[in-house]
Amino acid sequence: MSEQLTHTQHHIKLSEESLQKQTTTLNLGPTHPATHGVFQNIMEIDGERVLETVPTIGYIHRAFEKIAERRPYYQITPLTDRLNYCSSPINNMGWHMTIEKLLGLKLPKRVEYLRVIIMELSRIADHLVCNSVIAVDTGALTPFTYVFQYREKIYEIFEEICGSRLTTNIGRVGGFERNFTPASFTKLHDFMKTFPKVLKEFESLLNRNRVFMDRCIGAGPISAEKALNYGFTGPNLRATGVDYDVRVAMPYSSYEDFDFKIPVGTVGDVYDRFMVRNGEMWESVSIIHQAIEKIEKIEKEFPDQKEVFYAKEADHFHIPAKEDVYTKMEALIWHFKIIMGEIDAPAGEVYHSVEGGNGEVGYYLISDGGRSPYRLHFRRPCFIYYQAYPEMVEGGLLSDAIITLSSLNVIAGELDA
Amino acid sequence: MTNEIIKQRLTDKFGDSLTEWEEQYGLLTFRAPAEMNLKAMQFLFDDEELRFRFMTDLTAVHYPNRKGEELCVVYHLHNLNDNVRLRLKVYVPVEKPDVYTASQLFSAANWMERETYDFFGVNFVGHPNLVRILNVDEMDYFPMRKEYEMEDPTRRDKDDEMFGR
Repeated sequence: MSEQLTHTQHHIKLSEESLQKQTTTLNLGPTHPATHGVFQNIMEIDGERVLETVPTIGYIHRAFEKIAERRPYYQITPLTDRLNYCSSPINNMGWHMTIEKLLGLKLPKRVEYLRVIIMELSRIADHLVCNSVIAVDTGALTPFTYVFQYREKIYEIFEEICGSRLTTNIGRVGGFERNFTPASFTKLHDFMKTFPKVLKEFESLLNRNRVFMDRCIGAGPISAEKALNYGFTGPNLRATGVDYDVRVAMPYSSYEDFDFKIPVGTVGDVYDRFMVRNGEMWESVSIIHQAIEKIEKIEKEFPDQKEVFYAKEADHFHIPAKEDVYTKMEALIWHFKIIMGEIDAPAGEVYHSVEGGNGEVGYYLISDGGRSPYRLHFRRPCFIYYQAYPEMVEGGLLSDAIITLSSLNVIAGELDA
Repeated sequence: MTNEIIKQRLTDKFGDSLTEWEEQYGLLTFRAPAEMNLKAMQFLFDDEELRFRFMTDLTAVHYPNRKGEELCVVYHLHNLNDNVRLRLKVYVPVEKPDVYTASQLFSAANWMERETYDFFGVNFVGHPNLVRILNVDEMDYFPMRKEYEMEDPTRRDKDDEMFGR
């Protein structure tokens, strides 16, 4: 073992010139305010030009995969929250769907549509953060402070449904923990009424803004071929012109019932990534509208469906409602068994992926039939595409490197697991 | 493009060396001998019909009870044109966990292999920079191996046989 490890010491190699001070070594991060989380890049710069950059990652590694090997299935949901914390509901749903796939559960349509609403809302929240932060890094603070109010409104909807805002732990295996309250629908409708106007305004501030365009066009480009080879997924891949979207390629949660477009870019620079995310927000708005319509249609045709918020077959994995736990013996027993992790999942190997805010969030689960996974691996899109960062910024300007980082939407939690 | 066609093409090329064919939840899975991992992936990449040119995931699993093949390296590959995935597994002994690197074929494999090395100690032969990535450089063990308990084994307050800890 020690033999393998001898070459691991001091692996950050800087070029010879840096010692002779021909160029400057710049330590960008780990806590630089413009680096959006705990990232470090040791850059070799010549004036303003980046010659070489070595990213160091792992500052907030929390060993989720190891922890998951000792936790009952429902205790892993909070771990997934903390991967991409800008769109944690998508991660939660992806994890529930992985277990549902393992169990072979089929969910009622209403539940799947409710999930779609939650996932698309969090996609909007995720993209709002990313796009407004690109604007901040180019020097425009106004759009950021303006649209963040609407991210707040999304969080209020989440709060109404699951009780928390950022790290949501939303949903359960088989559906949701409780039905959506009328207040959550009111908030949702209110958001859907006001948000498009705000997004339109956000667009008119930036999309054709000469200063913004000059700043973003041509910064940090990557070709489609390279992006695919680097394992890019999500908006960053679509910005290069590849229309791969997990929602369309391998539909989950009834995405096949929806009619939406996949916005794509052409050259994969910062501006393309911005525009793809912007387009996706519009598509998300349209998907949510369709989902609300579909839910209303179901409720009109089958009034008893109004109370359906989880699949009945999931009873052994779905924590019973609190009223039942206090009044019914059976529910109390199941509550105890589930909380204590006395429920065994079937043995099997399953890979499931969802389209997260940053791309394909995958869950590779190996169950040996016990109370917790034998092995759980998260495919974290950030981790995979961040390795292309040096190639994207080398040769460009330092300020382009900053906006490239923000436009890639690298989330430290997802990067470091 | 169905799983049968993929299986047929691979068997035509490699014969009986690919084993343990499975189709759990519709995902074609097979095992290749450790020294053939790169050959198999190169064939899957180059073949005009198969075109598995996207690496979705790369990780490892530790099975301490499988003597002589304790570490399993798992590749998930994706054919984006026909939208098919497959899973390739390679088993190596924990004493000599040598596997050829896929980083020349897929740039994406570079960090994923470093991560796998970091947590499982799989030695990717030919990797350009096989050093730890998420853990500290000074670490002298591979934490995702099963022999490392998650909780501090010296702690007595967490012993609770009732609940499987």
